[in-house]
Amino acid sequence: MTRQIEVDVTRFLAARARFGPFEIAFWLTAFATIYFLPGRHLILTETAIWGLFALSLDLILGYAGIISLGHAAFFGVGAYAAGLLAKHEIIVEPTIALVVAGLAAAALGFATSFLVLRGSDLTRLMVTLGVSLVCYELANKFGEITGGADGLQGITMAPLLGVYRFDMFGHTAYVYTLVWLFVLFILARRVVNSPFGLSLKAIKGNPLRSAAVGIAVNWRLVAIYTLSAGYAGIAGGLLAQTQAFASLSVLSIERSADALLILIIGGTGYLYGGLIGALIYRLLQDYLSDLTARYWQFWIGLLLVAIVIVGRDRIGGWIYFVEMQVARLFRRSAQATSPDRGA
Amino acid sequence: MAPAPDSPVLETRNLDKRFGGIVAANAISISIQRGARRALIGPNGAGKTTLVNLLTGVLRSSGGEILLDGEPITNLEPHERVRLGIARTFQINQLFADLTPIETLGLAISERHGSGRDWWRVVGSRPGITAEVGELLERFRLTDVMAERTATLPYGKQRLLEIAVAFACRPRVLLLDEPAAGVPGAERHEILGTIASLPADVTVLLIEHDMDIVFSFADRISVLVNGELFVEGPPDEVARDPRVKAVYLGEELHA
Repeated sequence: MTRQIEVDVTRFLAARARFGPFEIAFWLTAFATIYFLPGRHLILTETAIWGLFALSLDLILGYAGIISLGHAAFFGVGAYAAGLLAKHEIIVEPTIALVVAGLAAAALGFATSFLVLRGSDLTRLMVTLGVSLVCYELANKFGEITGGADGLQGITMAPLLGVYRFDMFGHTAYVYTLVWLFVLFILARRVVNSPFGLSLKAIKGNPLRSAAVGIAVNWRLVAIYTLSAGYAGIAGGLLAQTQAFASLSVLSIERSADALLILIIGGTGYLYGGLIGALIYRLLQDYLSDLTARYWQFWIGLLLVAIVIVGRDRIGGWIYFVEMQVARLFRRSAQATSPDRGA
Repeated sequence: MAPAPDSPVLETRNLDKRFGGIVAANAISISIQRGARRALIGPNGAGKTTLVNLLTGVLRSSGGEILLDGEPITNLEPHERVRLGIARTFQINQLFADLTPIETLGLAISERHGSGRDWWRVVGSRPGITAEVGELLERFRLTDVMAERTATLPYGKQRLLEIAVAFACRPRVLLLDEPAAGVPGAERHEILGTIASLPADVTVLLIEHDMDIVFSFADRISVLVNGELFVEGPPDEVARDPRVKAVYLGEELHA
């Protein structure tokens, strides 16, 4: 009897972390675009970077419940770090430079994480917003380093791994970005399915009880905030590297707001929200700007309001709903061949 | 340093708590022996929950000392006290609404093992965790709802999970704050049954209003009134004490 329950528990926990058919299809499709959509690589690169940036926000918002309106601070630090490393030929190889850019952003994340430990959502919104404003003005002020309002120009990217040149059609850049996105996604997936990730969800759900089961709540929040900042920094670094340019806009409020918007369109707390949101956002932007040219943000705004009002508790719940329906179809066909027992 | 077998596992010495001018706990000295079944009773506002919050570190004391197996824990953070072996349940459910009972218990056990910071392995992949989750689910009669979101569980099951999470911390001292509060008849028996069958080596401090529960469970009762320890003794003695009866005059004493 006890043995059966152990089997059931093990099966439940294993299923929690298993790759589903949806996920496999998602990534196969993503990598297939390398061959099938060569004319779209520039746009897809940018979309993947948006997705990664929104994913970094999901790590803190969707898992630890930390809301931020200033995540561009880390995106921007990563972008300028990668840009400066390449421009001054400090670290020439892009992959290594990108890791360093991510670490720089993570360092800033660690330092500022202590400001978001306590307080309400409003406090956190204001603190994160404040930090990003400070970063923006610092970049503006130190124009001789950052290029100020003109942006950081004159970046020449060395070949990737010393071999693959960044071409003007963005083929190399897209493969490079997609591989980074995939690797970081897999890493994030491990993290959120680990005991550490579970403890984040617990803290988000109930900090009081979390402490009452022995979780050092503050340190867990510091850890995920730092990781999230590192992810954002890598996203920013990828933008600077693939465009050989960085401007003040990487640190702007609009950048932070876009990330939040994308994440909420895609849904929080299941990692794919940022990626799907970026795709939808991109498609909408293309479609709506064809339709109404200058007023496409009107429709984005309307959509946002609709999603939040309808979704309410489970933002992006409509994606969850579709997923459940698909999962049910799969399960039904699986049950037809092998009867499953237990819940 | 191994504690002597008959030394108290949990002890407070002159514990004070003041909120501004209000005295919520006044020089409380309680000593609880290992394996004891102690009940803490008192009228509303007597300071019972304040005392639990002081013991668990949710509140900082204004004065006095708390000792666990003779070691002072007065200045430790709540999570540090949990790791040393003080776990509690809450009067009002404090659960993880979006997690299942399996995840909730797996989490508590992982934290106890010190693997809560492990960010690489999958939850439950460490040996022994799933077996223990299974045992807890059975002990607390949660097997039928183990894979459901906690928010969707019937209230009685949530109360059981509340106790199960605390028990999963494998405490030396378990503080139960009105474990059966608000639970209707049949489910109430289920909860009381699980409490009665807690292992003898776990020391239990029960805060309860229901005198039937108190007198069937406790081997010793402490009565708290106005933030002070008023009377303490075995159940029959406390039940006969005229001062206790006087305090409870106007409240119902079902004994």
